[in-house]
Amino acid sequence: MKNNPAMPVIKVKDLTCGYGDNVVLRDLSLAVRAREVLFVIGGSGCGKSTLLRCLIGLLKPFHGDIAYFGKSFTAADTGQRRDILKTFGVLYQNNALWSSMTLAENISLPLEEHTSLSRADREDVVALKLTEVGLTGSGELYPAELSGGMQKRAALARALALDPAIVFFDEPSEGLDPIVSREMDQLIRQVSDNFGTTMIIVSHQLSSIFRLADRVIMLDHDTKGIIAEGVPAELAATSPDPRVKDFLNPGGDLPKRTNDPLGEGLNLVTK
Amino acid sequence: MAGNLSLPEARPVIPTATAQVQAGVNGSDRQVTIGGDWELSERVPSWPTVLGKGPAVNILVIPGKLGKWDTSLVLFLVHGRSWCAAAQKRFNIEALPENLQTLLRQVPEKATAKPIMKAAARSGWDMALDFATRWEHKARQNVSFLGECTLGFMGMAKHPRRFRWLDCLVEMQRCWASALPMVSLVSFLVGVILAFQSAVQLQQFGAAIYVADLVGLSVVRELGPMMAAFIVAGGTGARFAAQLGNMKVDDEIDALETVGISSVNFLALPRLVAVTVMMPILALYANVLGVLGGMTVSAVMLNIPASAYWIETQNRVGFSDLATGLFKCFFFGLAVGLAGCLRGMKCDRSAAGVGTATSSAVVTGILLIVLADALFAVIFNVLRI
Repeated sequence: MKNNPAMPVIKVKDLTCGYGDNVVLRDLSLAVRAREVLFVIGGSGCGKSTLLRCLIGLLKPFHGDIAYFGKSFTAADTGQRRDILKTFGVLYQNNALWSSMTLAENISLPLEEHTSLSRADREDVVALKLTEVGLTGSGELYPAELSGGMQKRAALARALALDPAIVFFDEPSEGLDPIVSREMDQLIRQVSDNFGTTMIIVSHQLSSIFRLADRVIMLDHDTKGIIAEGVPAELAATSPDPRVKDFLNPGGDLPKRTNDPLGEGLNLVTK
Repeated sequence: MAGNLSLPEARPVIPTATAQVQAGVNGSDRQVTIGGDWELSERVPSWPTVLGKGPAVNILVIPGKLGKWDTSLVLFLVHGRSWCAAAQKRFNIEALPENLQTLLRQVPEKATAKPIMKAAARSGWDMALDFATRWEHKARQNVSFLGECTLGFMGMAKHPRRFRWLDCLVEMQRCWASALPMVSLVSFLVGVILAFQSAVQLQQFGAAIYVADLVGLSVVRELGPMMAAFIVAGGTGARFAAQLGNMKVDDEIDALETVGISSVNFLALPRLVAVTVMMPILALYANVLGVLGGMTVSAVMLNIPASAYWIETQNRVGFSDLATGLFKCFFFGLAVGLAGCLRGMKCDRSAAGVGTATSSAVVTGILLIVLADALFAVIFNVLRI
């Protein structure tokens, strides 16, 4: 495990959230240290995306508190909230690039909104961000003109536009082939090493978890909270909870193909 | 067959040419041999036909020369199993291929299958409460959106440089370009129709020239602005809802919010300003076309020269008539913009949601236009303008 300074940049206390009458997470508490790469894992419907939406302010929790750098986000007024929003970037599962703008405009918009950089300086920053993610010279392209992997990189460049201290990732490898997924992981590692960015990644890609995570927390649908927390390799080897072990050790062969002695078995009608 | 029990829907047929089923006897049980090729496109053999009449017995199914088979064979076995279960007889398929047995096990027996939970019947009071809750939630959303727009306009007045003027100009251009052909046609035809209808009556009294008065006043005060507003609601209002709805579905609006940019200020305000500014211009254009329509009918049908028609129109239609018509247009434009932006930004995150938002934007826009027009009719009447 990386030796990160033990200073919580995010503190979640007794968070209860959900939709309407449906409580998805109950009394969840969590602390994230600076420079940490934390994975949020769990089966479908366990509340990973719900937790993420609460953390980035898109979903108001029923109760509980979320604090960034010691300042409450849930109780913040408009001005304080705006200041906190500047400290993190978000990479959405479907990228959420603004489709009517070029990549350069996508990255430039947060800079226009939150900085007083001149147009020329903003263009320089945009070029730098695109180079960081391997999209040099692609600024004038529109999102629809990019492949899935390139869109992910562009979305990451936008998330990094303000050099945030924290970046949230929602399923960064979703829809990517294994090679592009590995390249994405390398990019995430690069950003983490170069900028010391704290990263919270919602994912169920085991390869990424074992490659990148300093720590994982596992959520569970029935428990509505965290059922395991720790270094992925250690949890995979020693967790007493079968749900955790099954999730982190999915190996296990399928039964051998049955040998039908009477012929062709179930066949699709082809006429 | 046993007593009153019957197999599920016996299809009126005989084993197919390809699927083969033979019933025999095995002690006190019936032995059914299945063979041949089974295809879903063929009818599934029926058990009554296979077993014939007689009391319920245990059934042993064994494979014969079984060729290719698909779900139709599984269905046949499911029917047989259900019948045996109901008659509390044994349905033995242990001699069949393992994969066939596995498939059959995956089809839950009716007795153990979980019943579909139907929603409990709700009382009228529950339904009314549910309706009131949803209405209250919608009303809260609408008021909140109006509030954000108001704050946005105030912010725009304080910091005009922060307003997205380029986006606003682009929307004005789109609004004009999309509405112009329809406004031209509809307004002209409205003038024509009004002139026709009034000419028939007025000619009887030798007062044909007053067609100009009637068409001029009706078009300039009411029909020009309203027709233009309806067309803009159907075109521009729907486009706003579709654009913003798709942005909602693709999380683009969430992405703006998490970057600290107000989506109302960024997306809705430029559109509202654009359509509010364009509406009076389109209404003026509609007025001209409406008067032209009336003039055409008068010239052709009533032999009233265009110059005489125009002079009569000028004499009757005053500045206050024109001003009241155009004044209302600002509010019509605001209504169309609010309806389109609100429906789009609050739509459900699905393709169906975007479709509903688009049609709802048009209906809401038209409703608001008519309500506003009715209100202004009362106000202008009281003010005697």
